Amino acid sequence: MKPAPFAYAKARSVAHAVELLSAHDDARIIAGGQSLVAMLNMRLAAPEILIDINDIPGLSEVSVEDGFLRIGALVRYAQAQRSPLVSTHAPLIARAIPHVAHAAIRSRGTLGGSVAFADPAAEMPACMLALGARIVIAGVDGEREVAIDDFFKGLYETAIGPAEMLVALRLPLHGPSRRVAFGEYARRRGDYAMVGLAATARAQGAGLADVRLAYFSVGLNAVRAQGAEAALEAGDVEGAVAALDGDLDPDGDIHASRDTKMHLAGALLRRVAAELSEAAQ
Amino acid sequence: MTAAQMEHEITLTVNGFAVSERVEARRHLADFLREDLGLTGTHIGCEHGVCGACTVLVDGEITRSCLTLAVQCEGKSVTTIEGISDSGAVADLQEAFRARNALQCGYCTPGMVITASVLLDAEEMPDREEIRDHISGNYCRCTGYHAIVDAVETTLKARAEAGR
Ligand SMILES: Cc1cc2nc3c(=O)[nH]c(=O)nc-3n(C[C@H](O)[C@H](O)[C@H](O)COP(=O)(O)OP(=O)(O)OC[C@H]3O[C@@H](n4cnc5c(N)ncnc54)[C@H](O)[C@@H]3O)c2cc1C
Ligand code: FES
Ligand code: FES
Repeated sequence: MKPAPFAYAKARSVAHAVELLSAHDDARIIAGGQSLVAMLNMRLAAPEILIDINDIPGLSEVSVEDGFLRIGALVRYAQAQRSPLVSTHAPLIARAIPHVAHAAIRSRGTLGGSVAFADPAAEMPACMLALGARIVIAGVDGEREVAIDDFFKGLYETAIGPAEMLVALRLPLHGPSRRVAFGEYARRRGDYAMVGLAATARAQGAGLADVRLAYFSVGLNAVRAQGAEAALEAGDVEGAVAALDGDLDPDGDIHASRDTKMHLAGALLRRVAAELSEAAQ
Repeated sequence: MTAAQMEHEITLTVNGFAVSERVEARRHLADFLREDLGLTGTHIGCEHGVCGACTVLVDGEITRSCLTLAVQCEGKSVTTIEGISDSGAVADLQEAFRARNALQCGYCTPGMVITASVLLDAEEMPDREEIRDHISGNYCRCTGYHAIVDAVETTLKARAEAGR
């Protein structure tokens, strides 16, 4: 349970980090290390070099800028949980963080690391999908922004290239007509979810519009349930539950069979739908 | 220190003392404390973040020492169970553990005490549910947790009384 040998360098800036990434074939960024060091210890990963981004100035900030909440790549769960900007402008994130792991892991783990890692059972990628986030990525040629709907590419695969890094998450600001809801079923507190759901919508009259339902732990990545979204917009909760059959295609795992996951996905949807419309009086 | 090397010279504070050592980049903090500094109060259970036996304080925050590289602790302040025991900072909590039989084999205890220690100064007193939530990342295979929650709660109440 000890890592294979690797070299280690501290990046001084984002430009330095991407320069180091492009200079090595088998380099890996280390942020909070709460997924990566476990993989190193178990030798599920054995990179040639680790590039530590923890000392890069300016990546630990939460700010509001041109209509978006910007969360720097190094903002840790514990920091986000304490941040009034996050609770005001991204209440969905504030709701979800207590479900991520345990206090000692939240003191180091970063939101950016979770999104870049794209674990299919993780909360943050699904929250980003539900919120319609924009992901800021830096490479040797500078920064680019990717819409979250184009970000997840496959199991642990994202739009971040081998010589690029995630520098910030940009979330549309919460507003008076916006609704958010979150739920997950896990075996024990802090465990990865068997099934989870992050949702946003806009209140419109007595109903809901622009519904985004992002499930996690039911596929290779966080996935939207678009059939169910349309049914909820039409005010049909049971229709939405039925639509999940076409939207989701989970494999069973050691925690839950496919049937159990589908059942839980429906139960979560009823809860989350009630929460969305309750808030939308 | 920005050169990409396999070994690095690090300087940090451990339990209030300045420490300088040469470490392999792959050395995690738990092994550094135990093997290089002889501070064996920090226990190792799973080495992948699940059991909490290796919990220490890094700059005052509870941290998995098996998921932190020693080389990342350059310039940081690390506190282990030896540190908070010797300073007397958790003497009351340790006494409550003993009185309530909140330890049997004791393997999880250093991690439990460190984890619980950050609750003792919380502005608002956590209830039992919150105590359970806070220690949910620390496994104990002996006690069934109930006695541990009791010990933490007793200590919190006694401190709140004394502070009044
Ligand atoms: C016991 C335990 C329980 C956990 N439970 C949960 C849980 O319930 N839910 C959950 O979501 N997570 C859970 N986690 C994982 C935790 O949330 C991690 O912190 C998170 O997944 C990764 O964040 P990190 O900053 O630690 O990233 P690291 O571990 O440092 O990195 C993870 C990966 O992302 C890459 N990376 C990191 N930052 C960047 C960046 N800025 N740009 C490009 N690539 C980057 C790294 O190269 C690496 O491949 C758990 C972990 C443990 C040990
Ligand atoms: S040894 Fe670190 S959490 Fe188990
Ligand atoms: S006392 Fe034995 S593991 Fe907790």
